[in-house]
Amino acid sequence: MRLTLTVNGIERTCDVHPLARLLDVLRRDLSLPGTKEGCGEGECGACSVFVDGKLVNSCLVPAMQVAGRDIQTIEGVAPSAELLDRVQEAFLRHGGAQCGICTPGMILAAKALLAEHPQPTMAQVREGLGGNLCRCTGYTKIFESVIAAAALPAIPPSAQPSALEEAKR
Amino acid sequence: MSHNLSDFVAQSVQTLPEALRLLAEPADPSLGPWRPLAGGTDLMVTLAAGTLPAGRYVDIWPLDELRGITVTDQAIELGALTTYTEIRQHAQLMTEFPLLGLAAKETGAIAIQNRGTIGGNIANASPAADTPPALLAYDAELELTSLSGVRTVAYSQFHSGYKQMDRRPGELITKVRLRRPPSDAPGRTVHYYRKVGTRAAQAISKVCLAAFARIDGARLLNIRLGLGSVAPTPLRCTRTESVLLSGPLDEALIRRAEATLAYECSPIDDVRSTSAYRRRVTLNLLRELLQQCRSDRRE
Repeated sequence: MRLTLTVNGIERTCDVHPLARLLDVLRRDLSLPGTKEGCGEGECGACSVFVDGKLVNSCLVPAMQVAGRDIQTIEGVAPSAELLDRVQEAFLRHGGAQCGICTPGMILAAKALLAEHPQPTMAQVREGLGGNLCRCTGYTKIFESVIAAAALPAIPPSAQPSALEEAKR
Repeated sequence: MSHNLSDFVAQSVQTLPEALRLLAEPADPSLGPWRPLAGGTDLMVTLAAGTLPAGRYVDIWPLDELRGITVTDQAIELGALTTYTEIRQHAQLMTEFPLLGLAAKETGAIAIQNRGTIGGNIANASPAADTPPALLAYDAELELTSLSGVRTVAYSQFHSGYKQMDRRPGELITKVRLRRPPSDAPGRTVHYYRKVGTRAAQAISKVCLAAFARIDGARLLNIRLGLGSVAPTPLRCTRTESVLLSGPLDEALIRRAEATLAYECSPIDDVRSTSAYRRRVTLNLLRELLQQCRSDRRE
């Protein structure tokens, strides 16, 4: 089928099988490898993306069900090339990423959580990220990062140098 | 990916009649009948694993007429495409039928709950699914629709064997109906749900018990027990229920009920657990439930 969808604000078109996994469409057909494959069966959350603002496991979503839909992947989370989203910022500052495979999914799950619970309790963080596995077992730092992100302004002030800039130096 | 997608035909539909027309088509000699695809949380797993039968799939996900929760004087009705997230967000459903909300909360995690549907959970017919025990505890009804009309089936009669169900060719599960009890129904109510699995999120259950009970003084007026993962189908435990309704809820009755339930369930050894563990835990859950019934009495 000819699939047209919006990914990170840009309309994209590709030819895919209707049952192709959204995960493969993103990584292979649209060259967006930020979304990771972990288990491939909806257990680990590494492939998490937003479809019309809802968190989903992209390994379980067939292409035909995202025709005309609005997708956000980890590549579309940062507001610009210079700025990070507050969740990314907090993960950098608080050691929320180790090997990095789970990180895109963790960040999207954290964003979904903060959209529903702007000041989450630790219990809410644990539930919100309950579908995401970290093979480095870095959960404590990840949960701390999410709590820290909640304390940051939702849109980072452009005057502030980001942790990314510091990391680059 | 271990599957060959070229063996699969898939088509989206925009209206229920369109879906029913496809489902009513005679089976194709090589591809078989059309089968419904909803949120994909079970089907896409088997597709990737290479165990999904090749064939024709009709994507019913776009059918908004199968979405939503409706409250009438008699019942709360859930469209078959209602997701676990929508169940959890419905305040009245959570108040009147809390077991369904607890089951939805225990199903997968947020990303699964945004996609998995109540109709899909039923039609996938896994004995380990999380919502069927709750549906059994509330004696839910299913509405099945085909080109020839609408049929209602008691959910307790729907599963007839492992992955076997009373869904006739051409039929689609369109609605789940929960009858609201009269507001003056006697006795105290107890709603009990406990899933035992390896981890809180995502894990498939080793044993799951859902129960609804009414108790007045020392006697149960009504009890319905729904068990998951201990039989080829989700199991309504009518023999154990009969024992529990036969006298005052004392230690002797509880022991008789345990002895009955030990035979009424038929758990197996598999990758997730053992038969012996499952049977032991099933009886423990029953005891926990009945202790709750008794302690509520003393409040």
